[in-house]
Amino acid sequence: MSVTSYVFGIVSAGLVLAIVADLLRRRRVRERHALWWLVAGVLALLVAVFPGVLQAVADLVGIDVPTNLTFFVSIAVLFLVSVQHSAELTVLEDKTRTLAEHSALQDERIERLEQVAGSAGRARRDGAP
Amino acid sequence: MVDLGQALIVMPAYNEEVAVGDVVREVLRKLPGVSVLVVNDGSRDATAAVARRAGARVLDLPFNLGVGGAMRAGFKYARAEGFSYVVQVDSDGQHDPDGVPAVLSALEDHDVSIGARFAGQGEYEARGPRRWAMVVLATVVGRIARTRLTDTTSGFRGAGPRAIAIFADHYPAEYLGDTVESLVLAARAGCRITQVPVAMRPRAGGTPSHAPVKAAVYLGRACLALVIALWRPPLVLRTEEQVPA
Repeated sequence: MSVTSYVFGIVSAGLVLAIVADLLRRRRVRERHALWWLVAGVLALLVAVFPGVLQAVADLVGIDVPTNLTFFVSIAVLFLVSVQHSAELTVLEDKTRTLAEHSALQDERIERLEQVAGSAGRARRDGAP
Repeated sequence: MVDLGQALIVMPAYNEEVAVGDVVREVLRKLPGVSVLVVNDGSRDATAAVARRAGARVLDLPFNLGVGGAMRAGFKYARAEGFSYVVQVDSDGQHDPDGVPAVLSALEDHDVSIGARFAGQGEYEARGPRRWAMVVLATVVGRIARTRLTDTTSGFRGAGPRAIAIFADHYPAEYLGDTVESLVLAARAGCRITQVPVAMRPRAGGTPSHAPVKAAVYLGRACLALVIALWRPPLVLRTEEQVPA
């Protein structure tokens, strides 16, 4: 592995961590959503700094080409994140739906109350001598 | 006979300004004392205004939720306003209001009653794969509900107090969920389901598709909806939600 690719790996992993950390700091991403990305970034940085770790783990689980382990872990992380997003999206859709129902129910109720209040007001005005 | 003052006719409506006014007027004329709620499902036309002028109460959803979502809002309304019976009627005039009393009287000793299209009345017909899909669904759902059903995808149906208690919170919003899944949900929660024959009229606008590919997709999605409905943990009908007879 050349020095260039070694540096490239570290810089990439560092960039991922920096972006996620910055989003967290500015409250653009909540911790629960950032967790997976932080895990991925830390793993990437670890492997970038100590490529031997990747080799060792690949040997341990019996993967001949260490790069394949990288791909496997990357895809696994991406998969888990998108499943999590699907689940959260469903929850959000359901909340939106419930809010829409409530807003419609309130609208109808306000309208009826206004009608009652309006006609009562008119009756009072009309009834007054 | 069920007191019509206790009944709420719920009509989900999406861009139905042409038909909804006449349908509301017809229902109010044929069923004196009944309340009509049009759930405007995010229409971009004058559906809400037309329905209001015709004498209906209107729930104006801020965006389109689909028939299931609109019905859930309707059930919530019924629960909040203390109606004991809800009858869903299409806003396009396909359901004849003359069928409503039959659907309502079936609710005297059942929780859900379906206005079934193939049960002898009217000339509603579906052919080919779509028909088979409907037969399969009806057979399976009928087994689950322990009663003979012939038409589970009918949108003409009534719900009694126990069913309203469930549907107000749990009416399924997914495609086909509003028909097939809602029945499975109700049956598994211990609701008694029955069907009554009703006549259907041709749709005022638009024609249902009978293309084989669409029918196959329909069957696939219906079966998926069924499998998911059966897979979900059943809801428990709490005893305090039962209304004393």
